[in-house]
Amino acid sequence: MRVGVVTFPGTLDDRDAARAVRAGGSEAIELWHGDADLKNVDAVILPGGFSYGDYLRCGAISRFAPVMTSIIEQANKGMPLLGICNGFQVLCESHLLPGALTRNSDLHFLCKDQVILIENTNTPWTSSFSKGQEILIPLKNGEGSFQCDDATLALLEGEGRIIARYVGENPNGSRNLIAGITNTRGNVVGLMPHPEHAIDTLTGPSADGLGFFTSILNAMVK
Amino acid sequence: MSLDTVAQAVADPDTAQPFKELGLKPDEYARIKEILGRRPTSSELAMYSVMWSEHCSYKSSKVHLKQFGEKAPKSDALLVGIGENAGVVDVGQGYAVTFKIESHNHPSFVEPYQGAATGVGGIVRDILTMGARPIAVMDPLRFGPADAPDTRRVLPGIIAGVGGYGNCLGLPNIGGEVVFDETYIGNPLVNALCVGVMRHSDIKLAKAAGAGNLVVLYGAKTGGDGIGGVSVLASETFGDGGSTKRPSVQVGDPFVEKVLIECSLEIFAEDLVVGIQDLGGAGLSCATSELASGGSGGMKVQLDKVPLRDPSLSPEEILMSESQERMCAIVEPSKIARFLEICKKWDVTVTVIGEVTDGKHLEITWNGELIVDVPPRTVAHDGPVYNRPLAQPEYIDRVNAQTISVPMPHSSTEIKAALLKLVSAPNMADKSWVTAQYDKYVQGNTIQAQPDDSGMVRIDEKTHLGVAIATDANANWSYLNPYQGAKLALAEAARNIATAGARPLAVTNCLNFGSPEDPGVMWQFAESVRGLADGCLEMGLPVTGGNVSFYNQTGDVAILPTPVIGVLGVIDDVRTRTPMSFNKAGLELYLLGTTRSDLAGSEWAFLHGQRGGNSPTADLQNEMNLIEVLLAGRSEKIFTAAHDLSQGGLAMSITEMVLRHMVGATISLKDVAIDLLSETPGRVIVAIEPSQVSALSDLCAKYKTSLSKLGTTGGDSLVINETTISLQELKTAHTSTFPKMFG
Repeated sequence: MRVGVVTFPGTLDDRDAARAVRAGGSEAIELWHGDADLKNVDAVILPGGFSYGDYLRCGAISRFAPVMTSIIEQANKGMPLLGICNGFQVLCESHLLPGALTRNSDLHFLCKDQVILIENTNTPWTSSFSKGQEILIPLKNGEGSFQCDDATLALLEGEGRIIARYVGENPNGSRNLIAGITNTRGNVVGLMPHPEHAIDTLTGPSADGLGFFTSILNAMVK
Repeated sequence: MSLDTVAQAVADPDTAQPFKELGLKPDEYARIKEILGRRPTSSELAMYSVMWSEHCSYKSSKVHLKQFGEKAPKSDALLVGIGENAGVVDVGQGYAVTFKIESHNHPSFVEPYQGAATGVGGIVRDILTMGARPIAVMDPLRFGPADAPDTRRVLPGIIAGVGGYGNCLGLPNIGGEVVFDETYIGNPLVNALCVGVMRHSDIKLAKAAGAGNLVVLYGAKTGGDGIGGVSVLASETFGDGGSTKRPSVQVGDPFVEKVLIECSLEIFAEDLVVGIQDLGGAGLSCATSELASGGSGGMKVQLDKVPLRDPSLSPEEILMSESQERMCAIVEPSKIARFLEICKKWDVTVTVIGEVTDGKHLEITWNGELIVDVPPRTVAHDGPVYNRPLAQPEYIDRVNAQTISVPMPHSSTEIKAALLKLVSAPNMADKSWVTAQYDKYVQGNTIQAQPDDSGMVRIDEKTHLGVAIATDANANWSYLNPYQGAKLALAEAARNIATAGARPLAVTNCLNFGSPEDPGVMWQFAESVRGLADGCLEMGLPVTGGNVSFYNQTGDVAILPTPVIGVLGVIDDVRTRTPMSFNKAGLELYLLGTTRSDLAGSEWAFLHGQRGGNSPTADLQNEMNLIEVLLAGRSEKIFTAAHDLSQGGLAMSITEMVLRHMVGATISLKDVAIDLLSETPGRVIVAIEPSQVSALSDLCAKYKTSLSKLGTTGGDSLVINETTISLQELKTAHTSTFPKMFG
């Protein structure tokens, strides 16, 4: 299975995401922001970082990259798409997902090992988990506080589109402890914490993050 | 504004020039005239003034620093030594590692966020310039007292600046220090270390060889930031045009630097450069003169071609600008097309500004008129050298004669109170509030980071080869005895590498001192350098480079002598490292090394306002034996955990061990107060399975290292003789200080 990993100028976790894709059993394909060609990939990951320096707003400039035009088109046709951290921000700016990510409530960049609760296992990115499973993966960002209006929040809650929530103290002020959400169709997932940094206990706090990358392989093989 | 050309300088030799305002002494100005056989043009004067500054020329420290070469131990590991942008060390399997530490103290006091941010940016470019991919940063920091108003101003900004820049570059921050002392009020120390990795064949040097090769400037456009003293020249020489006050602290753009890194690495990978230099302190003056003197000397530069952010900049200002995120490369004409193509791919501004010539002079023109015509070596390397007067300061004998008088805990109540006081003191307290602002995971190769004894990163995913780095300074000991202090810091950094099982290989240093014009400070400096050079020779560790920061003083109060020593080590398989703590009960705890009554310069003495006594004497043979025990213990799989003892002594180290995984310990001590609080160097706590006792004892006998049993692991308390402290209480004391003070 071919999973594309996009590099924007200022993307940082692209090589890590590619490593995680390989660890999950798929082939990682490099995609360049300036190239609209998706190289026949079966799924795409928008990795973390500070694309375009996060100037203007996080993700606001990246959404206009040529590669995003193709990605948005394919995602609307059902292609699995995962945005991690800055990638989540790009998905919100692209209107593939609702809401916005704002500055952490304490206004500091925060890097910590975070327990999250997996609530939706029906997406191609979360099927390897069991519903209600708690996993430990790194959270690292300055603008990770998920915000949306009450109607959207009610919709997300009502449709079961919150895929993961923070456990314990709210690390960044996200509404309803939201760590990740999906779209109505369930193929597009945005996640603030970093599963690609938890694929083994040598370099991460656990191997729990691997589940996102085995999920995508399973989803595509089916 | 009239242009001061070389022809002009010849025509009116007697024009008064503001050399004093630019920091040059009359004899230095006279020397420039002697070199050139005429007065310098204003551009030349600007170049000499910045390149001959203390910061760039090391004029006060050179005579001492040469000991690092003279006393250099024989080492097969050193691929590039002192003098280049950073030293390069062979770590095996065809990999070379480069690392260096630099200060950005003064800018960080003036503008904490940008000062610290550009400190990180500068050292990262030094590492990149060697041809290496930067893989991690560390930041030893020092501040005034934690409760001082100015600390509240500078600390949050400096932490945010280190994080803001490093995080955005995608470099994991794997360690550092945060230390408080009243002498750092007004003189915070921001030292930044970067490490990078490359293949042996990829090493790049700063040299402009080959006549006809092109001089290429790429990266950010040049602006008016960081010009400092040169605006004096711009305004005084050219008078009435209305001088502008420009910020002398550079402003960083980490996004531009991240793109510059990836662009440069792609350029290096295709072998498109002959030589390369980053633009840091002294900007283009430094880059052009160092590149030219690294080659045969001849170079022509058309300064008017430099892309500007501010079109009103004068040639002098362009030469001096310290705008960040710029690089200067020497490229063969046949390769320039591809070079430009890669820059275009990364949207990096690139301009050919000149070419290498077969002459001996660096010639710079402005719209066709010659404004600089100098032998580049005289700018870059032949600066003044001072043998400044030095004298042992009067305080030394006085403080060494003092006896330490501090309360020594004996009863259970006293022991518990002492422990809680110590672990919650700002210097000892948990630094998560700081390190949580740094990304330690990016690049996916971080094996160890703060609060481990050293930072460790994997450099090969298949073979699991890795490097470890630690930085240490004990300024309290250096104050009492700078010679011993430097040796002890070296020993501590090496030990911090070895506890994990990495073999120390090479040394970098950042020497932070007061004014070199004070003979007492100069003595502290000379003694520190002598101690470090002697220590490195004895331990067989070459110094690969470093940095000197003088003038860290307010009025006549200098900072404590603070030589920060960084040691790099190699580990063949990061998976087999020894962790710093245990996560199971039933292990046996042993102390390696001997405890004596060493309270002078200790944290316990500091907490009671005592600054006197004699520092311990470094026993480096003993340290090397201990290192061998630590390395063999790792490779023979004897250790479950190992943790260094340093500031705060055994009390601090055992606390850090039990809190790491919230698994307690019961230990028994003979002389509780001394055993807990003394800071005798050369000690490590190890945790082993009971089955390993005889193996450990054989190992210690082999390497003549003393060994004593402390106790066992387990439970939810730390029990010291009759004193029991719950881990929860200990944790609260240790972790609440920073959030309370700065949160």
